[in-house]
Amino acid sequence: MANLKDAGHLFRMAAVFAVGIVLFLILRQVFVPRSFGQYGFYRGAALADIASRPMMFAGHPACESCHTDVHEMKSKGVHARVACESCHGPLAKHADDPTSLQPPHIDVAILCVRCHEANIAKPKTFPQVVSVDHSGGVICDTCHKPHSPKIDTGVGQ
Amino acid sequence: MTITRRQLLMLLPAAAIAWDSILAGTPEASPNYKVTDHWWGMLIDITKCIGCGACVQACKAENNVPDGYYRTWVERYHIAKWDTEMPQVDSPDGALHGFPPAKQEGGKNFFVPKLCNQCADSPCTQVCPVGATFISPDGVVLVDQKYCLGCRYCIQACPYGCRFLNPETKTASKCTLCYHRITKGLTTACCETCPTGARQLVDFKNPNDPVHKFLDTHSVQVLKPHLATRAKVYYYGLDGSVR
Repeated sequence: MANLKDAGHLFRMAAVFAVGIVLFLILRQVFVPRSFGQYGFYRGAALADIASRPMMFAGHPACESCHTDVHEMKSKGVHARVACESCHGPLAKHADDPTSLQPPHIDVAILCVRCHEANIAKPKTFPQVVSVDHSGGVICDTCHKPHSPKIDTGVGQ
Repeated sequence: MTITRRQLLMLLPAAAIAWDSILAGTPEASPNYKVTDHWWGMLIDITKCIGCGACVQACKAENNVPDGYYRTWVERYHIAKWDTEMPQVDSPDGALHGFPPAKQEGGKNFFVPKLCNQCADSPCTQVCPVGATFISPDGVVLVDQKYCLGCRYCIQACPYGCRFLNPETKTASKCTLCYHRITKGLTTACCETCPTGARQLVDFKNPNDPVHKFLDTHSVQVLKPHLATRAKVYYYGLDGSVR
């Protein structure tokens, strides 16, 4: 024990280390978010952050809850499985408050050919036309009703 | 008001607890959603894709993706008869406005929609030095915008080229599988707007998901299976030349 008299510098060093460790633990407590490590090596609260982003597309069930007439017509035609917002664009705001945002006007001349213009890479079973040969510049909805496009069904004409 | 050293020391733990709760005080966005009940992926039916680009437009609108960057895009493959292993691929503006008529005649031609493959053993999350990108307990590879330094390691690590540095936030950005939608019971923006049903969201932990029936009876494949990333975006009708 007599040797401890000369070991004062060791105790001082140990004290410096102890202070450093305590300081580290305090700073870690302050700067590491509480949810870090909740699920893994990341901030668990980030999941809620990402999940709370606003939506732009309402989803077709929201459209169909009000526009039952269009839904009924569409469900009998070949576009039954095409969601409303595929053509009408993102309308979550309209679904939340129908007066706040009216769906924009659709330019049929651009919209229809986006899917139906003939392209060699499209599946052969998909209905496609060379629009210039098919209609000669007459726009699509002169003959086809977009919600029920097949002409000989007699639905929606 | 004076405060003694003893009083200050007694106040410190209380202050630490208060600060802790401030940092943890994030809003619960989807209270009825349990992360352990889901395991998300996607099924892409190449035989149905018409290359219209509705998914690309929807993704941009839904996620505010900057111009010139894509979280999902569509590629057009042309494979000449005399060289089946060397496809010619084009994707003008990521197919945001669809595709122009093909330059080449004949051969094999098809579209391949691409997006983050939501790997279960993802190379991108392994390289992040700060824990900013991770696989969520429900199987979605996400980026914590508050933690990302913008070091780009993950962008280099992704073998599918699905990540980019967002020029506005200067953080890594990628497909979130519309995490803000699927946690509320909706499908992703791209699956919602796909007019032919070529893209379908899959919840592998939900036995009632109709996609299971398809997966049980069809041969599907993931991109770059030799990398063993355990990708969860499954392709039906995938040609061997697709990289």
